Amino acid sequence: MSAPAVLFDVPGPKARRLSLTLSIIAGTLIAAVLAWVIWTLAQPREAAGGLMLPGYFDASRWNIFTDPQVWQYIFVVGVWGTLRAALTASVLAIALGIVFSLLRSSAIAWVRVPTAVVLEFLRGMPVLLMMLFILLVLSTGAFWAVVAALTLYNGALIGEALRAGLAALPKGQREAGLSLGMRPLQSKMLVEFPQAFRQMLPIIVAQLVVLLKDTSLGYIVGYVELMRVTLNQLPSYYGNRYLFSFFVVALVLYLTMNLTLSWFARWVSRRTASKSSGERLDPDNPGQAMLLAQASAAGKQAEGGAAP
Amino acid sequence: MDAVIENLPRYLEGFAMTLQLLLVSGVSALVLGTLIAAMRISPIASLRGFATVYTELVRNTPLTLVIFFCAIVLPYLGSRLPYEVAAMIALSIYTSPFVAEALRSGINGVPVGQAEAARSVGLGFGQTVGLIVLPQAFRMTIPPLINVFIALTKNTSVAGGFFVVELFAVGRELANANGDAVIAILLGVATLYLVITIPLGLIAGQLERKWVVQR
Repeated sequence: MSAPAVLFDVPGPKARRLSLTLSIIAGTLIAAVLAWVIWTLAQPREAAGGLMLPGYFDASRWNIFTDPQVWQYIFVVGVWGTLRAALTASVLAIALGIVFSLLRSSAIAWVRVPTAVVLEFLRGMPVLLMMLFILLVLSTGAFWAVVAALTLYNGALIGEALRAGLAALPKGQREAGLSLGMRPLQSKMLVEFPQAFRQMLPIIVAQLVVLLKDTSLGYIVGYVELMRVTLNQLPSYYGNRYLFSFFVVALVLYLTMNLTLSWFARWVSRRTASKSSGERLDPDNPGQAMLLAQASAAGKQAEGGAAP
Repeated sequence: MDAVIENLPRYLEGFAMTLQLLLVSGVSALVLGTLIAAMRISPIASLRGFATVYTELVRNTPLTLVIFFCAIVLPYLGSRLPYEVAAMIALSIYTSPFVAEALRSGINGVPVGQAEAARSVGLGFGQTVGLIVLPQAFRMTIPPLINVFIALTKNTSVAGGFFVVELFAVGRELANANGDAVIAILLGVATLYLVITIPLGLIAGQLERKWVVQR
């Protein structure tokens, strides 16, 4: 349904004029609401003691940002704290996902079934609860609690994605590997796995966007990252009158990081889509893409008879 | 184990709050998401642009930041919302683009040939959409929507970090109070989350599998 024009006749001059008029009206309304919000924020307001406070765009609420030390602190402690946790967790999650996918698609039921249960358990739990669990039970310190919880959760998801990728491969791939005299593990690692990984790369990168966003949960378990720095430490040092300004800065920094990674995910998805013949997996929607991948893998297996 | 049984009423209190967050923000996210999805496919360019920008921005903002805004920055700007309501608003806003995407991908999943066939036998716009496209799109949106609600269930735990006494907050409080039974207490909390998420996940997988084969 990518072409909505199928649904109705090509609009004539009257319909086009109508839709243009409506478009302008709606656009004006949206702009008016935005302007009203900005205007309200810019108004000076009265504090409890009859004191007049300046509006939120007044220079006195933003003057600390001329101090390079503030920026240095935000970037060195905040952004780096977030990126450090996200990078460590990404690398570990991909490694764990590979291990999970191999265990999950093992030929031995004693390995496969417990892994499936563990994966289901990990996927059904809130990451935040895992962080708290690791923090309190293993007392690892906040950094490793955040990294370990993100690794386990995203590792389970990546593992499931790779498993679906392995299962969706044509059976001939494995048979060809085996008939060349490879051992089952060799065929899996050298023939099947690289293809599955490539097929699932968009899902994996999209999952990494989720991981990056989820590092902000570290705020709740006391890990010092971008949110803790900009919304807790700095406002309590400079005073709460800067809270709104800090919030805007934090929002912009998060959006910059996440949008960059999202665009990268889309780029990866476009590249893999043009190279491989398989259906395109939506890079914006890892959960959805995963459901599709799992279902088509199950469908392939049902058609092909015996499980690999 | 004793600590869990002793505190069962507290657990249930937290669980009730989690369910309440889930239901209220689930329904409002559904409404908001449908609106956004309708804007995204509407012929009015400015609404389409607005919905696209909204989806892109909200989806790339961490949930923690959205809840922080509703629970801490908004009162500072002059709102008087209780924390529960603030959390519900934040969760609905955060979830709405995901709902919109699930709906949109369901509609996009209906093969173009279906609409073409309907048009070529002479059905009008309303008939094509109402009789041919939507009935098929509906069942394709169910599994992704369930997925969105599973994510929402897990996301309600973030509200526990912002003064809402739900399951996660209860678990944290009990774990601090009973230092000797932390594992049992947190596993109890995990069980209550899994009671919601695992059955939903199984249903979603089952439905998707059934319908993918049919397609």
